[in-house]
Amino acid sequence: MGGYGDVKLLREDGLRLDGRKVDEMREVKVEAGILPAADGSAWVKHGLNVAVCAVYGPMEAHPRKIQRQDRAVIDVRYNMAPFSTSDRIRPGFNRRSREISKVTAEALESVVLVERYPRSKIRVEIEILAAEAGTRCVGITAAAVALADAGIPMRDLIVGVASGKIEDTVVLDLDKAEDNYGQADLPMGILPTTGEIAFLQMDGDLSVEEYNTCMEYNLKAAREIHELMVDALKRRYIEKNGGEA
Amino acid sequence: MSGAKKGAELRLVTPGEAIGASSGVRAGTGTLIMGDNIIATKVGWVNQNNGVTSVDPIHSAYMPRSGDLVIGIVESVRNNLWFADVNGPFNGLLPMSLAPWKVEFGAARQHMDIGDIMLARVQEVDEAHNIVLTMKGVGLRRLKEGIMSEISMNHISRLRGEGDSTLRELKEVSDCRIIVGENGRVWVDGDSDGIAFMRTVLDLVRNDGHKATFNASLEAIIDERRNA
Repeated sequence: MGGYGDVKLLREDGLRLDGRKVDEMREVKVEAGILPAADGSAWVKHGLNVAVCAVYGPMEAHPRKIQRQDRAVIDVRYNMAPFSTSDRIRPGFNRRSREISKVTAEALESVVLVERYPRSKIRVEIEILAAEAGTRCVGITAAAVALADAGIPMRDLIVGVASGKIEDTVVLDLDKAEDNYGQADLPMGILPTTGEIAFLQMDGDLSVEEYNTCMEYNLKAAREIHELMVDALKRRYIEKNGGEA
Repeated sequence: MSGAKKGAELRLVTPGEAIGASSGVRAGTGTLIMGDNIIATKVGWVNQNNGVTSVDPIHSAYMPRSGDLVIGIVESVRNNLWFADVNGPFNGLLPMSLAPWKVEFGAARQHMDIGDIMLARVQEVDEAHNIVLTMKGVGLRRLKEGIMSEISMNHISRLRGEGDSTLRELKEVSDCRIIVGENGRVWVDGDSDGIAFMRTVLDLVRNDGHKATFNASLEAIIDERRNA
């Protein structure tokens, strides 16, 4: 299966090229409140991916035609820095970033209590500084932390995670080679406390069993990342208060 | 972040985190009932009082309420009204009839232009979050001199102190006129020395306002100035 039969993605010992097990995630680091000018901000490093997110608002929505009388609109701008990949990316909006901005906004709208701020706008700027497959998931994770840091009411902290299939094996958290030469990719936005899914895309084919395994891996990974997100949000205040809280 | 909370009572929560069972308690601000649990919707400290569970947020946007004293920045001017940014999700509207001047139709710009700063009161907020401001009232005016600075919403009580005691002390020590708007904006006017002192105080509020050591650091700054 797959169009790249000559690319070996699994080693003889069953591990992946970078030495991870099939259900092992890349290393994740989260920091909250890194940008002084923004109302809320976050920095997420997921493997070699680096995303910075800034949140502004809620503010008056302009132009007025985008206002919604019963809720706030979330204006997401996902952007990859020109230097984020090995090929230089032409700066500015393109078809891919437009799509990711749209799906990210829709995922965030289902967790943010948008009905609290009718007619207003919440601006979410996601900047990908380094990319190594799975940037939309990293962007969602960063946006969730930044929104919480900005004090915007939410039902849960949404986590972006992905699983996929390489050489007929389901694996968690694809890296660049696995994403490019693998058979399928299943990014999800998960609400870790309830297990709800707010965002799901699938690239490639998966059987029902493979899908269920992906789902299981994603949920497990989402809970792990969620702990790091909570820690990043709390750490700032516990630490700043000199341990006294 | 009121000073009343101590030690073990303090519990920091993040959005989605279950605070406790929802039976027998009411959900206050910053919380939501989800199934059998009360969950937090903001990052903040849990506050349980009189059967109401709420979360005191660490950071939150200003939500205008009628009667609030606010410092606004004029954002746009029409023939007969001004729109002011009041640091909230919605702009405030100041109609000509509620301005302190006799304004001819079309001459609004001559009294206040874009970027000018005003001291106003929130006249009313309707269910669609339209905010009407008024400048008719004692002391409400255009602020022409001094400096304006912003602090976090939940640090306002820290700057004011109990019954405005801290604010009175600061006014006396700095020899400045100080106005703390309900929307987190602070206006200071006085001689340059006094303003410089207030700048350090506001920096302290911004950086250390949430710390337990805030009051001690503020006392130290005030004493230093008194003895200088």
